[in-house]
Parts: sequence; structure tokens; C-alpha cells
Amino acid sequence: MNCEFCKKEKATIHLTQVVSGEMKKLNLCQSCAKSHGIDLNSPISITDILMGIEKKNSRNKILNNEKEYDLTCSRCNMSRAEFSKKARLGCPNCYQAFSAELKTITQAMHHSMNHIGKIPNKQISQIKVSKQISSLKKQIVTAIKNEDYEEAAEIRDKIKNLDKNFNGELSDT
Amino acid sequence: MILEKNIDELVDNQGSWLEPGINEAPVISSRIRLARNLTDYHFPNWANSEQNYAVWQQSKKLFDSIDSNYMFWKMSDLSVVDRDVLFERHLISQELANKNKNSGVFVSPDESLSVMINEEDHIRIQVLHAGLNLKDAWNEANSIDDELEKSMKYAYSSSLGYLTSCPSNVGTGLRASVMLHLPGLVLLDEMDSVVNGISKIGLAVRGMWGEGTEAVSNMFQVSNQITLGKNEEKIIDHLEQIVTELKDHEINARKRLISEKLLTVKDHVSRSFGTLANAHVMTSSEALNLLSTIRLGLDLDLVAGFSRQDLDKLFISTQPAHLQKIEKKELDPAQRDVLRAELLRSFMKNAILKIK
Repeated sequence: MNCEFCKKEKATIHLTQVVSGEMKKLNLCQSCAKSHGIDLNSPISITDILMGIEKKNSRNKILNNEKEYDLTCSRCNMSRAEFSKKARLGCPNCYQAFSAELKTITQAMHHSMNHIGKIPNKQISQIKVSKQISSLKKQIVTAIKNEDYEEAAEIRDKIKNLDKNFNGELSDT
Repeated sequence: MILEKNIDELVDNQGSWLEPGINEAPVISSRIRLARNLTDYHFPNWANSEQNYAVWQQSKKLFDSIDSNYMFWKMSDLSVVDRDVLFERHLISQELANKNKNSGVFVSPDESLSVMINEEDHIRIQVLHAGLNLKDAWNEANSIDDELEKSMKYAYSSSLGYLTSCPSNVGTGLRASVMLHLPGLVLLDEMDSVVNGISKIGLAVRGMWGEGTEAVSNMFQVSNQITLGKNEEKIIDHLEQIVTELKDHEINARKRLISEKLLTVKDHVSRSFGTLANAHVMTSSEALNLLSTIRLGLDLDLVAGFSRQDLDKLFISTQPAHLQKIEKKELDPAQRDVLRAELLRSFMKNAILKIK
């Protein structure tokens, strides 16, 4: 079997990972493994490699849209290209900056995009508010459906008020 | 309060996960790891040294205020051997051992809890317990997490949970893992299908020292892969359930070994016994494999004269950095192999081979 990257050399490194039934196999030659940052003498994370490949696929798509590819996190200046290379984010804000790409990645890795575990004690009240906002948003849809525009406007103002107190960062995006 | 201790003092200690009285043959230890980051700083590998310094200082102040005598080490103050001692004892990761300025670790006096600062994430809480005991480990990790959160502002999003440097940890930031000794399944050639089955249900199987390490000495670490979309209790329950099944599998495999392959087992155990008791040069991987067979022999009552706890201690104390600490000087690999063989020969003096 030949290496999946260069398609020339014989693949001598075989990595397998299965996430909830979907098997991902990677067959690489020594030099491609090295050039993709897989040092056989140090800890290997197949996640890194998988992310690298997924990134490579999406990069080809995105290359058509140069602007999007040049996307950079406004807070820490990590560029999409650097994120692709390192398979690590630069700062908490990167989760917003690269949200489109991360959606694909987290869905593939975790089969979910919603945290339902522990909430930091300090943030419990804030999170209650954001949950309140999303429930109000649902109510707005119902109100509009029922053509009850007065009600909808009231709810909209409630949301605005809640939003003002807790900046947009916490409301579900 | 925090204390900067000499690593040498650690070497003779037992290690929290080698407590006596645990009688779960295949299960060695349970580990919980939580990844946390501070919202005001870039992740450690992308931050500048001022930022990392600030995180280290903040952590140090915090641990100093906690009412327990945490030991602490800054990586830049430690020699390579000292760092390896911490790694071999499962107190730090290889990644932290390779770090320099502004990275370090806080360790509870009994070594059951360690908190790495500025590894891949700002904070990595780890609790290690003997036997299958993920729930206690989680409760302990959870409460230190609450404690830290009181004075630290965590990076957290209501939709994605705890934000981590690698998206593979986002959400709960939880990695729960159990270390198992599975010589029965290996000897019956059933480990490959077990690994396959386990990875199909969202769990990973790794070697003794975690990510990227080879499974030597029939030691395997089973851990969750998915950190998002499931809460901590579910993740832990699922792992515990699978590990319990795996344990039963192994016990079953050992029974079959006795009834179907007794000669092979006797041969393996006797040869390992002979080599450990008589060799004068031994590499660490050879030692680990032989110790694994002796451990099986002990569980099957083919070997006696020492406790499993004493035996388990050798899995750590025959590692390169520990050997150098015991000898109190730097040793090259060849010298280590001689010392290791010596240590094992003297251990085996009390051992009794019950196979006639």
C-alpha cells in the first residue's frame, strides 16, 4: 500500500481511529509522517493528523474564496492557515473567529455541538439569562406565527434588555 | 501553602495509585483529567512569555492560599532526570516535561492530585486513584476545579462549554481513563478485536504512559474520546461500564488460559521468573514485559513471596529516571541496564516459583 499523502512511497505507518462507528484509517510513509509533524519518538495524537487532513480538504474548497481563507482571529491574530498547521487554537476567541470550520470539526469528533456538562458556578446566573433569551426567541417565533405582533415586540424588547446586561458573547450563536 | 521540594524525596514514596488492599487484578488505576483555560489570556502555546508568566504567578498565588501543603515545581528549575521522574510517576505529561519557562506543576502531598500549569491548556487538573474508582477521582477533581474557579475567570461558552486549545477537548474538558493489565486477552490473541470494539463506541485504547505511548507489558489505558454533548457523569458511567465488562473479559480469559493453555502459561511464567532472578543486563522494555508475566503468575497463584503492590512499584522504579535517582547519579543506558537487572535480582530473592 502506498502513502496516502505522497502516493509514491510505501506506507509503513498505519493509524486507525474509530469515532462512534465511523472508522478512519491513515496509511503514511515515514517521510510524510515526519513532514506532517508526526514524530514517532514522541506522543502522537491521531486527532492532530485527522484535523490536518480535514483541514486540507476544506482548505481546497476555501481556497476559491481567498478572503475567507485569510480569516484571522481578531484577538490573538492566529490565522486560519496557522490553525490548520498547528491543529491548536490560539485563544478562547478563536472559537468564534473560526466557528464555521470548528462546527465541522466538533461535529466529526464529538457528534455534537452542544455542551451539556458542568457550568462554572460564577457563570450559572449568566447562563440562565442566555437560556432565557433562547427561550424568548422561540416565543417570538410563535407570536409571529399567531400574528400577535404586539406580543412579539414586547418579547423583542425583553431580549434586548437581557442582551444589554450580558454582552453578546454569552448569547447562543 | 506551597513547598518547593527536592524530587529525590518523591522517589521512595509509594504513589497514590499503588495503595494496598486493592484486589481487582486487571484494573490498576483510574484517572480524571480536566482541561481549563483563563479567558483573559491566549492559550499557552500561542501566548507570549508575559502572558504565560502572569498565568503561572496567578496559579502560584492561588495554590499558596489553599489550605493544603502542595508541592510545586517549575519546569525551568528541574533537570531532565527530575522531569522524567515526574513523568514516570504519571504526575506530568511528556508535553509539560518538554516545556520551559513559566510551566510547572502543583502536586498534593499524597501525589493523588496534580495540576499542570501552561501545558497545552492553562490548567490541567489530574486525579489518580488506585483500582476502578473514577467517581471519587471525578469528585476530587471537580472540587479543586470549583476552588480554582473562585479566583480565576475560566474561558467558557454556554454552547461549547469549557474552551480548550485543542477542539478534541472542548466541552467538559474531561478525559477519564482507566489503566488495565490484560495479559490474558493478549495471550489468547483477543486484544486486537477488543481494541477494535472499544474504539467503535467512542473510547480510545493507549499504552501505559498515555497518548502516543506503545502498549508494553500488557498495560492498556482506556479513555473517553468524546467531550462534548455528554455530561461528566454520563462519560464516566459509560467508561466504568465498559471497563467492568473488560475486566470480566480478562478474568474469563485467564480462566480459559488455565484450562486450555496451562502449559504455555507455566512456561511463560517460569521463564520470566528465571530471567528476572538471574539476568545481569536488562532493558526497561524487557523488564516491563517480564514483570507483566510475573504479575499474571501472582494473580494465578503460580508465584508467591511478595505482594502485588511491591511488584507494581517496580513498574515505576525500574524506569530510567527513577534508577538514576536511586543511584543518585547520571547513568548511561548500558549502566542502567546493569543496575536494573541488579535491582530485579534482589527483589526476586524473596520470590517463590510454585510451578514444579
